[in-house]
Amino acid sequence: MFVGALYGLLGLGLTLSWGILRQINLAYFALTFLAAYLCYQLSTARGIDPLATLLLIAPGFFVIGVALQWVFARFRVSPFNSLLVTFGLTVIVESVIQSIWTADFRRLESAYGVAKFRLGVLYVPAPELITLALSIALSLALYAALRYTDLGKAMRAAAEDGPMASAFGVNRRFIALALSGVCATLSAVAGVCLALSYTLAPAQIYAWIGVVFAAVLLGGIGRPLGPLIAGIVIGVSEALTMALTAPSWAPLVSFSLLILLLLVRPDKA
Amino acid sequence: MAIVRDGTARLAALGVACVLGASAALAATSGPPVRIGSTLALTGPLASTALVHQIVGEIYVEQLNKKNGLLGRPVEWIVKDDQSKPELARTLYEQLITVDKVDLLMGPYATGAILSAMGVAQRYNKVLVHHTFGIPSLAKYDAQFPTWSLGPDPAATFPNTLFDALAAQPKPPKTIAIVTSKFPSVHFMSLGAREVAKKRGLQEVLFLEWEFGNRDFGPIAARLKDAKPDFVWVGAIGLEGNQLLDAAKKIDYAPTYHFYMYPAPGPMVQAPEAKNALAATIFEEHPPFTNNPGAAEFVQAFHERAAKAGLPYTGVETQAAASYSAWQVLEAAVNATKSLDDKVLAEWLRKNRVDTIQGKLRFDGPSNYGDDLMRVKQVQNGRWVTVWPKEAAAPGAALAGP
Repeated sequence: MFVGALYGLLGLGLTLSWGILRQINLAYFALTFLAAYLCYQLSTARGIDPLATLLLIAPGFFVIGVALQWVFARFRVSPFNSLLVTFGLTVIVESVIQSIWTADFRRLESAYGVAKFRLGVLYVPAPELITLALSIALSLALYAALRYTDLGKAMRAAAEDGPMASAFGVNRRFIALALSGVCATLSAVAGVCLALSYTLAPAQIYAWIGVVFAAVLLGGIGRPLGPLIAGIVIGVSEALTMALTAPSWAPLVSFSLLILLLLVRPDKA
Repeated sequence: MAIVRDGTARLAALGVACVLGASAALAATSGPPVRIGSTLALTGPLASTALVHQIVGEIYVEQLNKKNGLLGRPVEWIVKDDQSKPELARTLYEQLITVDKVDLLMGPYATGAILSAMGVAQRYNKVLVHHTFGIPSLAKYDAQFPTWSLGPDPAATFPNTLFDALAAQPKPPKTIAIVTSKFPSVHFMSLGAREVAKKRGLQEVLFLEWEFGNRDFGPIAARLKDAKPDFVWVGAIGLEGNQLLDAAKKIDYAPTYHFYMYPAPGPMVQAPEAKNALAATIFEEHPPFTNNPGAAEFVQAFHERAAKAGLPYTGVETQAAASYSAWQVLEAAVNATKSLDDKVLAEWLRKNRVDTIQGKLRFDGPSNYGDDLMRVKQVQNGRWVTVWPKEAAAPGAALAGP
């Protein structure tokens, strides 16, 4: 369930970007790791609480997101091309991370790492609980914002029919910049959660792409609650597979679920 | 120092370094450089360990050039980045031979890439000394020379060494759980351990396999806790051992005796939950290993260079030692034969033993493997110490029980 929450958090920016901005932005995975490394650096070198590092990292990532969208808009990057361009960006960010922190493993040691409590027979580790709480809170907040606020409605309208939304006075450029900034900020949050629970290495950026894509597709593109729900379904299914059968079957779960969904309800993925 | 890394942004800086280094080297050497070509996984999932091999190669080439180079000529090491991709390693070795026209080859990092390089070396009849090949039976080329002294059948020999160590304990384990990654070079060792355990009468209470790249070790840790084995064999490579220990810690489970096949040495030794964790080794930073000629100096040089490169763990163990030994073997063959001819070098290596920092290596067994020099090490007081066999143990060290 906890790993599923992380899938959801990682997929949140991707699903919004894909569904509303029509950009399949792989660079969010790289930004997540960049945020994780920054969290590691600020915590170990400066002694800042890992969660407090978000106050420094998040605004910076919002600016990065805005800048990315500005570039995409400036060069009219199509959805398919966005996949290629952001893959290139991912490789560049990976190289930057490697040149600064080397390819060797980095582990953030913090008070959160050892904190845990018991609920009956269940063990609840603090970092994973924080991830779950943030994932639920952000998914619900974004769901509510998109559904009930004027800005959210404008975003949905722009995604549905851009020219028509513009005719009604929606500033599509501003909306796209803001949403891209928010998506990049979500990557920063995911990065801090990742740093709390996992040992970091630059090449691990790619290890998450497959399963998070599956969560995004299963959850429905552009739906803020989708990746969280699908992520938890995948995470729980993987854990059950590992607990009851051979752990080596677990990686089959996410894609089997995806194929099943495509077969049963092809319009939903 | 004369080292060329291909395709990196550091070329300009390296150019300066090469000129400066070459001028220093020229004091003792003359003539055109002896060019040694290799690839390393400088990027990609294997980069964290390949970095160790890069540092070792740089140290060795620098030391060579400070002495007399090879045959009185300076040595130039051409390193290309195979991006942790065996198929790219194949292309790059072809390029090293046909385009860069290197005189000698050095192996890449890890079994897959070495197997690729071996095919190319065989096609051009080049000697391939390599340091990290994990499945000896796959090495069919007669001019390949391994310096990771696994012996020809490590899946049988090493588990016996480990189980001997455990059997010598006051309360030897009676039950075993084997949990293993399906990464080829650890998987075959785990299957070997399973067979050996059976023959030695250890009762298997759990056997699990996971795919390399698994992220969630919680369910595996929970099944281990339920199985309550006296001894856990973890067929882990890289971070997997730490991930399993992390997951075990979260459910308050600490295995009694626990062994990890090829753990990431830094993260493992630094993790509090890894207390008394066992692993395999061919070299550690203590006597008797550091009594071998050149070993202590190398350890010191590696510490300095690794710290300068920003590595969080700067210790010398299996990877660095196997790598250094590979360069020692290549140098010994060239110096002994006064030749760069691959046929002559291969013939000499097959007939002679070479002194290395891990001990004497021979290449006259099946697949050119010699003795299994793998020992058992353990995390004790925050450092790795060799504990078995007794003649290789650190002074005063013995296997610590639960």
